[in-house]
Amino acid sequence: MLNLLLFMVSCVITNNFIFSRFLGCCPFLGVSNKVETAVSMGIAVTFVMTLASLITYIVYHFVLLPLSLSFMQTIAFILVIAALVQFVEMFLKKASPSLYSALGIYLPLITTNCAVLGVATLNVNNDYNLLYSVLNGCFGGIGFLLAITLMAGVRERLESSKIPECMKGFPISLVTAGLMAMAFMGFNGLVK
Amino acid sequence: MTVILVSALTLGLLGLIFGLVLSYAGKKFSVPVDERIEKVRACLGGANCGACGFPGCDGFAAAVVKGEAPVNGCAPAGESGAKKIAEIMGVTAETGERMVARVLCQGSAGIAKERYLYDGYKSCMVASGIAGGPKQCRFSCIGLGDCMAHCAFGAIQMKNGLCVIDEDLCRACGECVKACPRGVIKLLPQRQKHIVRCRNSDVAREARKVCMHACMGCGLCKKNCSAEAITVENGFARIDPEKCIGCGKCASVCPSKAITDSLTHDQIS
Repeated sequence: MLNLLLFMVSCVITNNFIFSRFLGCCPFLGVSNKVETAVSMGIAVTFVMTLASLITYIVYHFVLLPLSLSFMQTIAFILVIAALVQFVEMFLKKASPSLYSALGIYLPLITTNCAVLGVATLNVNNDYNLLYSVLNGCFGGIGFLLAITLMAGVRERLESSKIPECMKGFPISLVTAGLMAMAFMGFNGLVK
Repeated sequence: MTVILVSALTLGLLGLIFGLVLSYAGKKFSVPVDERIEKVRACLGGANCGACGFPGCDGFAAAVVKGEAPVNGCAPAGESGAKKIAEIMGVTAETGERMVARVLCQGSAGIAKERYLYDGYKSCMVASGIAGGPKQCRFSCIGLGDCMAHCAFGAIQMKNGLCVIDEDLCRACGECVKACPRGVIKLLPQRQKHIVRCRNSDVAREARKVCMHACMGCGLCKKNCSAEAITVENGFARIDPEKCIGCGKCASVCPSKAITDSLTHDQIS
Protein backbone atom coordinates (compact mmCIF):
# COMPACT_ATOMS: atom_id res chain seq x y z
CA MET A 1 0.00 0.00 0.00
CA LEU A 2 2.79 2.36 0.99
CA ASN A 3 4.58 1.36 -2.18
CA LEU A 4 1.56 2.37 -4.25
CA LEU A 5 1.30 5.71 -2.48
CA LEU A 6 4.98 6.43 -3.02
CA PHE A 7 4.62 5.44 -6.65
CA MET A 8 1.77 7.90 -7.16
CA VAL A 9 3.69 10.74 -5.52
CA SER A 10 6.75 9.99 -7.60
CA CYS A 11 4.65 10.03 -10.77
CA VAL A 12 3.21 13.43 -9.96
CA ILE A 13 6.25 15.18 -8.54
CA THR A 14 9.65 13.53 -8.75
CA ASN A 15 9.19 11.89 -12.13
CA ASN A 16 7.06 14.70 -13.48
CA PHE A 17 6.62 14.19 -17.21
CA ILE A 18 7.51 17.74 -18.11
CA PHE A 19 10.02 18.78 -15.52
CA SER A 20 12.10 15.65 -15.14
CA ARG A 21 11.37 13.59 -18.25
CA PHE A 22 10.94 16.59 -20.60
CA LEU A 23 8.06 14.95 -22.44
CA GLY A 24 5.04 16.87 -23.68
CA CYS A 25 6.87 20.18 -23.84
CA CYS A 26 4.97 21.27 -26.95
CA PRO A 27 1.53 21.63 -25.38
CA PHE A 28 3.22 22.74 -22.17
CA LEU A 29 4.46 25.84 -23.99
CA GLY A 30 1.73 26.06 -26.57
CA VAL A 31 -1.42 26.13 -24.46
CA SER A 32 -0.22 27.64 -21.21
CA ASN A 33 -1.31 31.19 -21.96
CA LYS A 34 -4.41 31.03 -19.83
CA VAL A 35 -5.05 28.99 -16.69
CA GLU A 36 -8.50 28.01 -17.88
CA THR A 37 -7.40 26.43 -21.14
CA ALA A 38 -4.33 24.94 -19.45
CA VAL A 39 -6.54 23.10 -16.95
CA SER A 40 -8.76 21.82 -19.78
CA MET A 41 -5.71 20.58 -21.63
CA GLY A 42 -4.31 18.96 -18.49
CA ILE A 43 -7.53 17.13 -17.77
CA ALA A 44 -7.78 15.92 -21.35
CA VAL A 45 -4.20 14.66 -21.28
CA THR A 46 -4.74 12.89 -17.94
CA PHE A 47 -7.80 11.18 -19.32
CA VAL A 48 -6.12 10.02 -22.50
CA MET A 49 -2.91 8.96 -20.74
CA THR A 50 -4.85 6.76 -18.32
CA LEU A 51 -6.78 5.06 -21.08
CA ALA A 52 -3.72 4.81 -23.31
CA SER A 53 -1.69 3.03 -20.60
CA LEU A 54 -4.50 0.54 -20.14
CA ILE A 55 -4.95 -0.27 -23.81
CA THR A 56 -1.27 -0.24 -24.75
CA TYR A 57 -0.66 -2.67 -21.88
CA ILE A 58 -3.24 -5.02 -23.32
CA VAL A 59 -1.93 -4.66 -26.86
CA TYR A 60 1.68 -5.14 -25.82
CA HIS A 61 1.22 -8.08 -23.48
CA PHE A 62 -1.49 -9.95 -25.34
CA VAL A 63 -0.67 -9.20 -28.97
CA LEU A 64 2.89 -8.03 -29.50
CA LEU A 65 4.68 -10.22 -26.91
CA PRO A 66 3.09 -13.57 -27.86
CA LEU A 67 3.97 -12.88 -31.51
CA SER A 68 7.45 -11.65 -30.43
CA LEU A 69 6.88 -8.39 -32.25
CA SER A 70 7.99 -6.13 -29.40
CA PHE A 71 10.16 -4.15 -31.82
CA MET A 72 6.92 -2.80 -33.28
CA GLN A 73 5.80 -1.23 -30.03
CA THR A 74 6.26 2.39 -31.12
CA ILE A 75 4.20 2.16 -34.28
CA ALA A 76 1.56 0.02 -32.61
CA PHE A 77 1.27 2.46 -29.72
CA ILE A 78 0.86 5.40 -32.08
CA LEU A 79 -1.93 3.52 -33.81
CA VAL A 80 -3.58 2.80 -30.46
CA ILE A 81 -3.31 6.38 -29.26
CA ALA A 82 -4.64 7.89 -32.47
CA ALA A 83 -7.64 5.58 -32.49
CA LEU A 84 -8.21 6.12 -28.80
CA VAL A 85 -8.22 9.90 -29.05
CA GLN A 86 -10.65 9.69 -31.93
CA PHE A 87 -12.89 7.41 -29.92
CA VAL A 88 -12.76 9.63 -26.86
CA GLU A 89 -13.65 12.62 -29.02
CA MET A 90 -16.70 10.88 -30.45
CA PHE A 91 -17.76 9.67 -27.04
CA LEU A 92 -17.42 13.10 -25.43
CA LYS A 93 -19.32 14.77 -28.27
CA LYS A 94 -22.25 12.51 -27.51
CA ALA A 95 -22.01 12.18 -23.75
CA SER A 96 -20.92 15.63 -22.67
CA PRO A 97 -21.12 18.35 -25.33
CA SER A 98 -20.13 21.00 -22.79
CA LEU A 99 -16.88 19.22 -21.92
CA TYR A 100 -16.33 18.57 -25.64
CA SER A 101 -16.57 22.25 -26.51
CA ALA A 102 -14.47 23.18 -23.46
CA LEU A 103 -11.64 20.91 -24.61
CA GLY A 104 -12.12 22.00 -28.19
CA ILE A 105 -9.03 21.67 -30.37
CA TYR A 106 -6.87 20.30 -27.53
CA LEU A 107 -8.43 16.88 -27.70
CA PRO A 108 -7.26 16.01 -31.24
CA LEU A 109 -3.93 17.68 -30.47
CA ILE A 110 -3.24 15.07 -27.82
CA THR A 111 -2.68 12.52 -30.58
CA THR A 112 0.69 14.11 -31.16
CA ASN A 113 1.51 14.65 -27.50
CA CYS A 114 4.71 12.74 -26.78
CA ALA A 115 3.83 12.41 -23.09
CA VAL A 116 1.13 9.94 -24.09
CA LEU A 117 3.45 7.86 -26.22
CA GLY A 118 6.07 8.32 -23.49
CA VAL A 119 3.92 6.81 -20.78
CA ALA A 120 3.15 3.80 -22.93
CA THR A 121 6.82 3.21 -23.72
CA LEU A 122 7.93 3.79 -20.13
CA ASN A 123 5.39 1.26 -18.87
CA VAL A 124 6.89 -1.34 -21.15
CA ASN A 125 10.51 -0.42 -20.42
CA ASN A 126 9.98 -0.53 -16.65
CA ASP A 127 8.00 -3.80 -16.79
CA TYR A 128 5.06 -2.34 -14.87
CA ASN A 129 2.08 -4.59 -14.28
CA LEU A 130 -1.43 -3.52 -15.29
CA LEU A 131 -2.18 -1.64 -12.05
CA TYR A 132 1.10 0.22 -12.07
CA SER A 133 0.76 1.03 -15.76
CA VAL A 134 -2.65 2.60 -15.31
CA LEU A 135 -1.51 4.45 -12.18
CA ASN A 136 1.55 5.71 -14.04
CA GLY A 137 -0.69 7.04 -16.80
CA CYS A 138 -3.22 8.60 -14.47
CA PHE A 139 -0.80 10.24 -12.05
CA GLY A 140 1.64 11.14 -14.77
CA GLY A 141 -1.26 13.01 -16.35
CA ILE A 142 -2.02 14.71 -13.05
CA GLY A 143 1.64 15.75 -12.90
CA PHE A 144 1.25 17.21 -16.38
CA LEU A 145 -1.89 19.02 -15.23
CA LEU A 146 -0.02 20.41 -12.24
CA ALA A 147 2.91 21.57 -14.34
CA ILE A 148 0.87 23.22 -17.08
CA THR A 149 -1.42 24.93 -14.57
CA LEU A 150 1.55 26.33 -12.63
CA MET A 151 3.14 27.50 -15.85
CA ALA A 152 -0.08 29.16 -17.02
CA GLY A 153 -0.39 30.97 -13.68
CA VAL A 154 3.14 32.31 -14.00
CA ARG A 155 2.63 33.30 -17.62
CA GLU A 156 -0.59 35.16 -16.84
CA ARG A 157 1.39 37.26 -14.40
CA LEU A 158 4.23 37.73 -16.87
CA GLU A 159 1.71 39.27 -19.28
CA SER A 160 1.29 42.30 -17.07
CA SER A 161 4.84 42.69 -15.82
CA LYS A 162 7.69 44.72 -17.22
CA ILE A 163 9.93 42.48 -19.30
CA PRO A 164 12.88 43.63 -21.40
CA GLU A 165 11.90 43.79 -25.07
CA CYS A 166 14.23 41.01 -26.17
CA MET A 167 12.86 38.62 -23.53
CA LYS A 168 9.15 39.11 -24.27
CA GLY A 169 7.06 36.14 -25.32
CA PHE A 170 8.78 32.80 -25.77
CA PRO A 171 12.24 33.61 -24.38
CA ILE A 172 10.88 34.44 -20.95
CA SER A 173 8.55 31.41 -21.12
CA LEU A 174 11.46 29.09 -21.82
CA VAL A 175 13.49 30.61 -18.99
CA THR A 176 10.48 30.20 -16.70
CA ALA A 177 10.09 26.56 -17.72
CA GLY A 178 13.78 25.97 -17.02
CA LEU A 179 13.57 27.55 -13.59
CA MET A 180 10.48 25.51 -12.77
CA ALA A 181 12.25 22.32 -13.82
CA MET A 182 15.13 23.23 -11.52
CA ALA A 183 12.71 23.83 -8.67
CA PHE A 184 11.16 20.40 -9.27
CA MET A 185 14.63 18.85 -9.10
CA GLY A 186 14.49 19.72 -5.41
CA PHE A 187 11.98 16.90 -4.97
CA ASN A 188 14.47 14.36 -6.27
CA GLY A 189 15.36 12.76 -2.94
CA LEU A 190 11.70 12.50 -1.90
CA VAL A 191 11.06 9.03 -3.34
CA LYS A 192 13.78 6.55 -3.95
CA MET B 1 10.44 -12.85 -44.50
CA THR B 2 7.88 -14.36 -42.15
CA VAL B 3 8.68 -11.69 -39.55
CA ILE B 4 7.86 -8.96 -42.01
CA LEU B 5 4.68 -10.71 -43.05
CA VAL B 6 3.57 -11.38 -39.48
CA SER B 7 4.31 -7.83 -38.33
CA ALA B 8 2.53 -6.28 -41.31
CA LEU B 9 -0.45 -8.56 -40.80
CA THR B 10 -0.60 -7.87 -37.06
CA LEU B 11 -0.47 -4.15 -37.54
CA GLY B 12 -3.02 -4.36 -40.35
CA LEU B 13 -5.33 -6.43 -38.16
CA LEU B 14 -4.91 -4.07 -35.24
CA GLY B 15 -5.70 -1.15 -37.53
CA LEU B 16 -8.72 -2.99 -38.91
CA ILE B 17 -10.04 -3.72 -35.42
CA PHE B 18 -9.60 -0.13 -34.32
CA GLY B 19 -11.16 1.07 -37.54
CA LEU B 20 -14.18 -1.17 -37.04
CA VAL B 21 -14.55 -0.05 -33.43
CA LEU B 22 -14.32 3.57 -34.54
CA SER B 23 -16.81 3.18 -37.36
CA TYR B 24 -19.22 1.48 -34.96
CA ALA B 25 -18.65 4.22 -32.42
CA GLY B 26 -19.15 6.83 -35.14
CA LYS B 27 -22.63 5.46 -35.75
CA LYS B 28 -23.43 4.77 -32.14
CA PHE B 29 -22.30 8.18 -30.88
CA SER B 30 -23.33 10.22 -33.87
CA VAL B 31 -24.84 13.50 -32.78
CA PRO B 32 -27.54 14.70 -35.13
CA VAL B 33 -26.60 18.25 -36.05
CA ASP B 34 -29.54 20.39 -37.02
CA GLU B 35 -28.68 21.57 -40.52
CA ARG B 36 -30.69 24.70 -39.95
CA ILE B 37 -27.97 25.95 -37.57
CA GLU B 38 -25.52 26.11 -40.46
CA LYS B 39 -28.04 27.88 -42.67
CA VAL B 40 -28.97 30.43 -40.02
CA ARG B 41 -25.30 31.01 -39.28
CA ALA B 42 -24.73 31.91 -42.94
CA CYS B 43 -27.36 34.67 -42.77
CA LEU B 44 -25.84 36.46 -39.79
CA GLY B 45 -23.57 39.47 -39.75
CA GLY B 46 -20.57 37.33 -38.88
CA ALA B 47 -18.84 39.96 -36.77
CA ASN B 48 -19.18 37.99 -33.50
CA CYS B 49 -20.10 41.35 -32.00
CA GLY B 50 -22.20 39.88 -29.19
CA ALA B 51 -24.91 42.52 -29.54
CA CYS B 52 -27.54 39.75 -29.48
CA GLY B 53 -26.44 38.62 -26.01
CA PHE B 54 -25.27 35.16 -27.12
CA PRO B 55 -21.67 33.94 -27.25
CA GLY B 56 -20.83 34.80 -30.83
CA CYS B 57 -22.68 34.11 -34.07
CA ASP B 58 -22.58 30.31 -33.57
CA GLY B 59 -24.23 30.65 -30.17
CA PHE B 60 -26.94 32.87 -31.61
CA ALA B 61 -27.61 30.52 -34.54
CA ALA B 62 -27.97 27.56 -32.17
CA ALA B 63 -30.30 29.59 -29.95
CA VAL B 64 -32.47 30.62 -32.89
CA VAL B 65 -32.91 27.00 -33.98
CA LYS B 66 -33.78 26.01 -30.42
CA GLY B 67 -36.33 28.80 -30.37
CA GLU B 68 -34.60 30.65 -27.58
CA ALA B 69 -33.70 33.68 -29.65
CA PRO B 70 -35.87 35.83 -31.91
CA VAL B 71 -35.21 35.54 -35.64
CA ASN B 72 -34.60 39.27 -35.84
CA GLY B 73 -32.18 39.26 -32.88
CA CYS B 74 -29.10 39.85 -35.03
CA ALA B 75 -28.77 43.58 -35.53
CA PRO B 76 -25.89 43.34 -38.05
CA ALA B 77 -27.89 40.94 -40.27
CA GLY B 78 -30.54 43.61 -40.61
CA GLU B 79 -34.00 43.25 -42.05
CA SER B 80 -32.98 41.14 -45.03
CA GLY B 81 -31.07 38.75 -42.76
CA ALA B 82 -34.03 38.43 -40.41
CA LYS B 83 -36.27 37.59 -43.36
CA LYS B 84 -33.91 34.88 -44.57
CA ILE B 85 -33.65 33.38 -41.09
CA ALA B 86 -37.41 33.49 -40.75
CA GLU B 87 -37.72 31.57 -44.03
CA ILE B 88 -35.35 28.89 -42.76
CA MET B 89 -37.23 28.62 -39.49
CA GLY B 90 -40.62 28.74 -41.20
CA VAL B 91 -41.95 31.71 -39.27
CA THR B 92 -42.74 35.24 -40.29
CA ALA B 93 -40.20 37.81 -39.20
CA GLU B 94 -41.36 40.71 -37.14
CA THR B 95 -38.73 43.07 -38.31
CA GLY B 96 -37.92 45.68 -35.76
CA GLU B 97 -37.27 49.25 -36.65
CA ARG B 98 -33.99 49.71 -38.50
CA MET B 99 -31.60 51.49 -36.18
CA VAL B 100 -28.42 53.29 -37.11
CA ALA B 101 -25.66 54.78 -35.01
CA ARG B 102 -25.73 58.57 -34.98
CA VAL B 103 -23.01 60.92 -33.87
CA LEU B 104 -24.41 63.49 -31.46
CA CYS B 105 -21.74 66.10 -32.08
CA GLN B 106 -20.88 68.51 -34.84
CA GLY B 107 -17.69 69.80 -33.26
CA SER B 108 -15.34 69.32 -36.20
CA ALA B 109 -12.14 71.32 -36.49
CA GLY B 110 -12.97 75.01 -36.72
CA ILE B 111 -16.44 74.55 -35.23
CA ALA B 112 -15.50 73.41 -31.72
CA LYS B 113 -12.66 75.32 -30.09
CA GLU B 114 -9.50 73.46 -29.29
CA ARG B 115 -8.03 73.34 -25.83
CA TYR B 116 -4.56 72.24 -26.89
CA LEU B 117 -2.82 70.56 -29.78
CA TYR B 118 -2.86 66.85 -29.12
CA ASP B 119 0.00 64.94 -30.67
CA GLY B 120 -0.03 61.76 -28.61
CA TYR B 121 -1.22 58.20 -29.09
CA LYS B 122 -4.15 58.14 -31.48
CA SER B 123 -6.86 57.03 -29.11
CA CYS B 124 -9.90 58.91 -27.88
CA MET B 125 -9.71 57.00 -24.61
CA VAL B 126 -6.18 58.26 -23.97
CA ALA B 127 -6.77 61.81 -25.18
CA SER B 128 -9.98 62.21 -23.18
CA GLY B 129 -8.01 61.56 -19.99
CA ILE B 130 -5.51 64.36 -20.61
CA ALA B 131 -6.71 67.67 -19.18
CA GLY B 132 -10.28 67.05 -20.30
CA GLY B 133 -9.49 66.24 -23.90
CA PRO B 134 -8.09 68.24 -26.83
CA LYS B 135 -11.35 70.08 -27.48
CA GLN B 136 -12.72 72.60 -25.03
CA CYS B 137 -16.15 71.01 -25.01
CA ARG B 138 -16.16 68.11 -22.57
CA PHE B 139 -19.08 66.45 -24.39
CA SER B 140 -17.59 66.54 -27.86
CA CYS B 141 -16.41 63.85 -30.21
CA ILE B 142 -12.64 63.64 -29.76
CA GLY B 143 -12.12 62.54 -33.32
CA LEU B 144 -9.26 60.08 -32.91
CA GLY B 145 -11.25 57.10 -34.14
CA ASP B 146 -11.82 54.63 -31.28
CA CYS B 147 -15.23 53.99 -32.84
CA MET B 148 -13.71 53.50 -36.29
CA ALA B 149 -11.31 50.92 -34.91
CA HIS B 150 -14.20 48.97 -33.35
CA CYS B 151 -16.50 49.06 -36.37
CA ALA B 152 -16.49 45.65 -38.04
CA PHE B 153 -18.34 46.92 -41.09
CA GLY B 154 -16.20 49.88 -42.14
CA ALA B 155 -19.10 52.27 -41.68
CA ILE B 156 -17.19 54.91 -39.76
CA GLN B 157 -14.77 57.44 -41.17
CA MET B 158 -12.96 60.31 -39.54
CA LYS B 159 -13.50 63.61 -41.30
CA ASN B 160 -12.11 66.88 -40.08
CA GLY B 161 -11.77 65.75 -36.46
CA LEU B 162 -15.20 64.16 -36.25
CA CYS B 163 -16.46 60.68 -36.85
CA VAL B 164 -18.99 60.25 -39.63
CA ILE B 165 -21.13 57.14 -39.85
CA ASP B 166 -22.40 55.85 -43.17
CA GLU B 167 -25.98 54.87 -42.42
CA ASP B 168 -26.13 52.41 -45.29
CA LEU B 169 -23.15 50.47 -44.01
CA CYS B 170 -24.09 50.74 -40.31
CA ARG B 171 -25.57 47.52 -38.92
CA ALA B 172 -26.41 48.94 -35.49
CA CYS B 173 -24.34 46.40 -33.57
CA GLY B 174 -23.52 49.03 -30.96
CA GLU B 175 -19.77 48.40 -30.80
CA CYS B 176 -19.00 52.08 -31.50
CA VAL B 177 -21.42 53.16 -28.76
CA LYS B 178 -19.44 51.03 -26.32
CA ALA B 179 -16.08 52.18 -27.68
CA CYS B 180 -16.71 55.93 -27.41
CA PRO B 181 -15.32 57.26 -24.11
CA ARG B 182 -17.57 60.31 -24.36
CA GLY B 183 -20.84 58.54 -25.15
CA VAL B 184 -21.27 60.69 -28.25
CA ILE B 185 -22.71 57.91 -30.41
CA LYS B 186 -26.25 56.69 -29.95
CA LEU B 187 -28.45 54.18 -31.77
CA LEU B 188 -31.48 55.94 -33.22
CA PRO B 189 -34.17 54.85 -35.69
CA GLN B 190 -33.07 55.42 -39.25
CA ARG B 191 -36.31 57.15 -40.19
CA GLN B 192 -35.72 59.89 -37.62
CA LYS B 193 -34.18 62.53 -39.81
CA HIS B 194 -33.97 65.42 -37.38
CA ILE B 195 -31.47 64.99 -34.61
CA VAL B 196 -30.14 67.28 -31.92
CA ARG B 197 -26.44 66.79 -32.50
CA CYS B 198 -25.23 68.08 -29.18
CA ARG B 199 -25.22 66.83 -25.62
CA ASN B 200 -23.62 69.82 -23.93
CA SER B 201 -25.38 70.26 -20.60
CA ASP B 202 -23.46 73.39 -19.58
CA VAL B 203 -25.32 76.70 -19.40
CA ALA B 204 -25.91 78.42 -22.72
CA ARG B 205 -23.07 80.92 -22.44
CA GLU B 206 -20.47 78.27 -21.61
CA ALA B 207 -21.75 75.91 -24.29
CA ARG B 208 -21.74 78.54 -27.00
CA LYS B 209 -18.27 79.72 -26.01
CA VAL B 210 -16.70 76.34 -26.85
CA CYS B 211 -18.66 75.38 -29.98
CA MET B 212 -20.52 77.16 -32.75
CA HIS B 213 -23.07 74.37 -33.06
CA ALA B 214 -23.73 73.81 -29.36
CA CYS B 215 -27.29 73.31 -28.15
CA MET B 216 -27.95 76.08 -25.66
CA GLY B 217 -31.21 74.69 -24.38
CA CYS B 218 -33.13 77.82 -25.47
CA GLY B 219 -36.29 75.87 -26.15
CA LEU B 220 -37.10 77.55 -29.45
CA CYS B 221 -37.40 74.16 -31.13
CA LYS B 222 -39.75 72.98 -28.39
CA LYS B 223 -42.03 75.99 -28.92
CA ASN B 224 -42.12 75.43 -32.67
CA CYS B 225 -42.58 71.67 -32.60
CA SER B 226 -46.02 70.76 -33.90
CA ALA B 227 -45.90 67.22 -32.52
CA GLU B 228 -44.70 68.04 -28.99
CA ALA B 229 -41.82 65.66 -29.54
CA ILE B 230 -39.11 67.86 -28.04
CA THR B 231 -38.08 68.11 -24.42
CA VAL B 232 -35.36 70.33 -23.00
CA GLU B 233 -33.58 68.75 -20.05
CA ASN B 234 -30.15 69.28 -18.51
CA GLY B 235 -29.53 72.23 -20.80
CA PHE B 236 -29.99 70.50 -24.14
CA ALA B 237 -32.92 69.47 -26.32
CA ARG B 238 -34.02 65.91 -27.11
CA ILE B 239 -36.33 64.73 -29.85
CA ASP B 240 -38.54 61.77 -29.07
CA PRO B 241 -38.27 59.51 -32.15
CA GLU B 242 -41.69 57.99 -31.37
CA LYS B 243 -43.44 61.34 -31.66
CA CYS B 244 -41.31 63.08 -34.28
CA ILE B 245 -43.19 63.53 -37.55
CA GLY B 246 -40.15 64.80 -39.43
CA CYS B 247 -41.54 68.23 -40.33
CA GLY B 248 -38.16 69.86 -39.86
CA LYS B 249 -39.37 73.06 -38.19
CA CYS B 250 -36.97 72.55 -35.28
CA ALA B 251 -33.96 72.44 -37.58
CA SER B 252 -34.99 75.62 -39.34
CA VAL B 253 -35.48 77.63 -36.15
CA CYS B 254 -32.43 76.40 -34.22
CA PRO B 255 -30.22 79.47 -33.72
CA SER B 256 -26.99 77.52 -33.42
CA LYS B 257 -27.79 74.87 -36.02
CA ALA B 258 -27.46 72.18 -33.38
CA ILE B 259 -30.40 70.37 -34.94
CA THR B 260 -29.77 68.94 -38.38
CA ASP B 261 -31.40 66.47 -40.62
CA SER B 262 -29.12 63.54 -41.14
CA LEU B 263 -28.59 64.39 -44.80
CA THR B 264 -27.21 67.87 -44.33
CA HIS B 265 -25.00 66.62 -41.54
CA ASP B 266 -23.19 64.29 -43.88
CA GLN B 267 -22.90 67.05 -46.46
CA ILE B 268 -21.35 69.40 -43.92
CA SER B 269 -18.71 66.90 -43.02
